[in-house]
Amino acid sequence: MARQPVPRGAIGSLILIAGIVAGSVAAFSYTGGFLSPGRLTPEKLLAGLAPSGGAIPGHRRNHAKGICFTGTFRASGAAASLSQARVFAAGDYPVIGRFNLGTPDPQAADGTVRVRGLGLQITTPDRRQWRSAMIDAPVFPVATPQAFYGLLQAAGSKDPDAMKSFIAGHPEFPAFAGWAGSAPYPASYAGTAFNSLNSFLLTDAAGRQQAVRWSFRPEAPPEPMSAADFAGLGPNHLAEEITKRVAQGPQRWTLVLTLAEPGDPTADPSRPWPEDRRRVEAGTLTVERIQPEPDGPCRDINFDPTILPAGISLSDDPFPAARSAAYARSFNLRTSEWKDYPREAGATGAPRP
Amino acid sequence: MSDTLRDRSRAPRPARFSRLQRSLHWLMAVAVIAMLFIGVGMVSTVSPAYVPLLTTHRTLGIAILVLAVLRLAVRAARGTPPLPVDLPRPMKIAAKLSHVALYGLMIMMPLIGWAMVSSAGNPVLLLGGVQLPPILPANGAMHAALWKAHAALAFCFFALILLHLAAGLFHGLLRRDGVFESMAPVSSERRREAPVMSESATRSRRSDDSA
Repeated sequence: MARQPVPRGAIGSLILIAGIVAGSVAAFSYTGGFLSPGRLTPEKLLAGLAPSGGAIPGHRRNHAKGICFTGTFRASGAAASLSQARVFAAGDYPVIGRFNLGTPDPQAADGTVRVRGLGLQITTPDRRQWRSAMIDAPVFPVATPQAFYGLLQAAGSKDPDAMKSFIAGHPEFPAFAGWAGSAPYPASYAGTAFNSLNSFLLTDAAGRQQAVRWSFRPEAPPEPMSAADFAGLGPNHLAEEITKRVAQGPQRWTLVLTLAEPGDPTADPSRPWPEDRRRVEAGTLTVERIQPEPDGPCRDINFDPTILPAGISLSDDPFPAARSAAYARSFNLRTSEWKDYPREAGATGAPRP
Repeated sequence: MSDTLRDRSRAPRPARFSRLQRSLHWLMAVAVIAMLFIGVGMVSTVSPAYVPLLTTHRTLGIAILVLAVLRLAVRAARGTPPLPVDLPRPMKIAAKLSHVALYGLMIMMPLIGWAMVSSAGNPVLLLGGVQLPPILPANGAMHAALWKAHAALAFCFFALILLHLAAGLFHGLLRRDGVFESMAPVSSERRREAPVMSESATRSRRSDDSA
């Protein structure tokens, strides 16, 4: 049984095998974006967000300055007919949240930051979670994730005309810029309203879908201040103030769902919906206890807006997916850098209680 | 009847993988390759496809884990065709080791991924709204280690699959020793001959070997 002679086509076969392997590597590289420098990747978005000196290791890549809280979401039941999500069925559900400032620098002075944020994680007894990350602006600056990256590049550019040409190409931007330039600064997180801006779909028990946006509206009055007066309150005023305030008594926000009507722009968070849209008060958030971030329960939570319970889902708004991809990258990086942001007690990255 | 009563260790090893083994192999080949492409693609994009790709990736990962365990059980019960006796020893060792690594990755990658999502404190959401329980408590440092392992092993897995593919084609196109045919998805005229040749060749070579 002599072995079959090596066929004449051996060289051809070897070339074929090499070609199949090389083709596979090329397809894999293309899929991974290694051959597409133009693709908008999570890394690019994070690089665009980073301060000029580079990202601050151990911290969120944006909304880096924040403080944790725990509390309760009490669903009124008023939205139960719109969504089968347990979180809308009348009842009390535990919340872990985070008040924050829209800056990549955890040391930034409060008065230097225009945008405030609220991250929420509501857990229901069916083990489902609803995570949301909202801001106080009434509209988002731009219509698409690509445009957001363009804005980051223009804002970070040394070219003095970069912002001018960005604005020329993005007619939606002035609405946000107008708010940023003229809106007063509420003196406290407690008097600040937070908006989803992104649109989501609610699904009821019969499978009917309704596009919504939502806001958490404060019970406390806004106490509006000028930028200069607010900056005079101190660099860490907001965290200090909310800590004192909540120690004296819980603070409340009402969850207001705004229901879209046909034709309302669900895919574009830079465009507000008409004021007369039907609104539903779905429940009340009560902030019961403030905890500093280093040992707080919110530190290692990624407030990913695509983590939704059954009954709430993504709409055609492209932002939640883009945010999810970028947040995941930020979370992977900052947990890898946990030594740069150790917990105060223990500092072992031990499981949170 | 006598076959089933015969001592397994003395039973002749099958010339080809069984139909079930071949089906599992090719089903998993498609699933694992899709998995690697989805994985490398989804982490490179911020497009709306990111979310469904991630959910599909998790779901497919669990399916691969289940199939890999099933496949190992079938392998333990049915056995494998012998490698050609004249296969050089380094190639035999490479074949054995690469298969250990392939099975290890098919089982470990889904578990590392599941553990990674668990340790991030994120719900393990699959297609159809199915939610699996966490297999680790939330822990940032653990998450970071698992994430790095998952990413690095994915590239190793892809490299190993290319090696496996190249070796399979080498057997099929150059050595023509029946190894490729033993796992080929369908029988062809040539393939029907090949295992027979391989089997008889194996037997005679085995006696050569022991001589």
